Amino acid sequence: MNQIRSGRFPLNRRQWTLLSILLAFAFVLTVILGSFLVEEGKLATDLQNRNASPTFHHLFGTDWLGRDMFTRTVMGLSLSIWVGLIGAIGSTAIALILGMAATLGKVADLIVTWLIDLFLSVPHLVTLILIAFTLGGGFKGIVIGLALTHWPSLARVIRAEVLQVRSAEYVQISQKMGKSKWWVAIHHILPHVFPQLLIGFMLMFPHVILHEAAITFLGLGMSPHEPAIGIILSESMKYLSSGMWWLAFFPGLSLLLIVRAFDHIGENIRMLMDPVRAHD
Amino acid sequence: MASLLVAICFISFLLIKNSPIDPIQAYIGADLLKVGPEQREMIAQYWGLDQPVMVQFFSWGTALLHGDLGTSMIYRRPVADIIGERFINSLALMLSAWLLSGVIGFIMGVMAAMKRGTWVDRLIKWYCFTLASTPTFWMGLLILIVFAVWLKWFPIGMGVPAGVLAEDVTLADRIKHLILPALTLSIVGVANIAMHTRQKLIDVMASDYVLFARARGERGFILFWRHGLRNVALPAITLQFAAFSELFGGAVLAEQVFSYPGLGQATVEAGLRGDVPLLLGLVIFSTLFVFVGNLVADIIYQIVDPRIREGHSK
Repeated sequence: MNQIRSGRFPLNRRQWTLLSILLAFAFVLTVILGSFLVEEGKLATDLQNRNASPTFHHLFGTDWLGRDMFTRTVMGLSLSIWVGLIGAIGSTAIALILGMAATLGKVADLIVTWLIDLFLSVPHLVTLILIAFTLGGGFKGIVIGLALTHWPSLARVIRAEVLQVRSAEYVQISQKMGKSKWWVAIHHILPHVFPQLLIGFMLMFPHVILHEAAITFLGLGMSPHEPAIGIILSESMKYLSSGMWWLAFFPGLSLLLIVRAFDHIGENIRMLMDPVRAHD
Repeated sequence: MASLLVAICFISFLLIKNSPIDPIQAYIGADLLKVGPEQREMIAQYWGLDQPVMVQFFSWGTALLHGDLGTSMIYRRPVADIIGERFINSLALMLSAWLLSGVIGFIMGVMAAMKRGTWVDRLIKWYCFTLASTPTFWMGLLILIVFAVWLKWFPIGMGVPAGVLAEDVTLADRIKHLILPALTLSIVGVANIAMHTRQKLIDVMASDYVLFARARGERGFILFWRHGLRNVALPAITLQFAAFSELFGGAVLAEQVFSYPGLGQATVEAGLRGDVPLLLGLVIFSTLFVFVGNLVADIIYQIVDPRIREGHSK
């Protein structure tokens, strides 16, 4: 990602980031649209064509029922993206609300920091397993679980940011001039927190997708009838010993690509917005 | 911390209490037809399920304080025994992965920072960013395919060879089964520590005393050894201890892929088959595990860093 400075690449970080955002969104859009457009026929079982290794007709090969792995992967990815998106939005909302609430008073601050510590003191995955277990898995369970487990670190960042902005002079003056707490929060503090929120969201999104795949892989997430990436990978485990590597390799690789792309964008935006590291 | 632990016990208890899994149903299992409604009520009464939630929580909590975690429904053995036994297995896995990833990650971070801006730095950075977004279980699957299926160097999963009596399992066998999961965990775990070390060392290298050392003619390894190492090692060690939470999560996945009989696999089993006592025990245990990691990190900081030590004695 440092090609920018080497001179071979005629784009600076800003342009490079914009380009990768465009590419990543194009990728995501294709996957989502693709999942609506794929021919249902390709998913049908085709017992003539079982366990075929990758060819031009079946780019990612076929599984033990003769279903096209490429189609399944596209469907799984779009499902993962949806779950990740909803989970990340939910988590960001929780982080924003709690982070802002922490600055309302001493007691509220204590409660929020205590809550953050609470959620950070159990391993993520164990919390997820617990929540998925309680809600009985499925789409709803997994989304709620993801939203409830990813907010603490972002909430911490927002809390610190709000505390900093609040002590700024113009906010103090605005308060002295009789503006209400809400007015100050919406007109002075929220715009300052927004970039952090955006970055937090962008960095959280890939992690949510990863955790969704992980929990589904463990068998506690999506139901086995959905074409989720985690399901595909956990099914492929049974066929690994017979040497059918393509069942696991391509779906995982495409998941990696999406996660990597969004992580990259998030990092880049953060570096662009952070004055200390902008010239790194 | 105590309040956190109590809260975690309480919340996880409530969560599980409200789960759709009926404890009596899970207990009866296959004997569904043989157990009538009257007997169900007897069981409910025997277990105290007809009491209010708070009473149940307190009876569970008192048992917990006496070290009694209940009996696992899958294994029909005390939960504490299972956790202890599984923890030994997991400890071997997590410890080796922890040490490996720590050392390799640290060396990579140092290399990247010392050769900042060159292709070494770029390669390491690219590698770390990619690894940070690699699903652990996918990495495990790939390693399994390459080393166990294609090269046949290592067995496919399990903690011990199949079809061998427990007494005949040698240490070599155990180690052989440990290598692949540990490798997976350390490959993925490297990223965090390497990037952190790199950033810290770059900061150190920009400081005045390093500038002065350079002016005296110190270069390369000597420069790092005299001025960099101690400044970077401390945050790296702390970070590594504070990463116990992620280590545990990674171990859950790696153990599942390699069917390695550790704590993580037990957690998944308990979740999938509705073994409430085991799941509760594991949640509490993993919390303690993370807590110990953070505590050790704090203590090390105080012992190793003279500045903090001074600050406390004042």
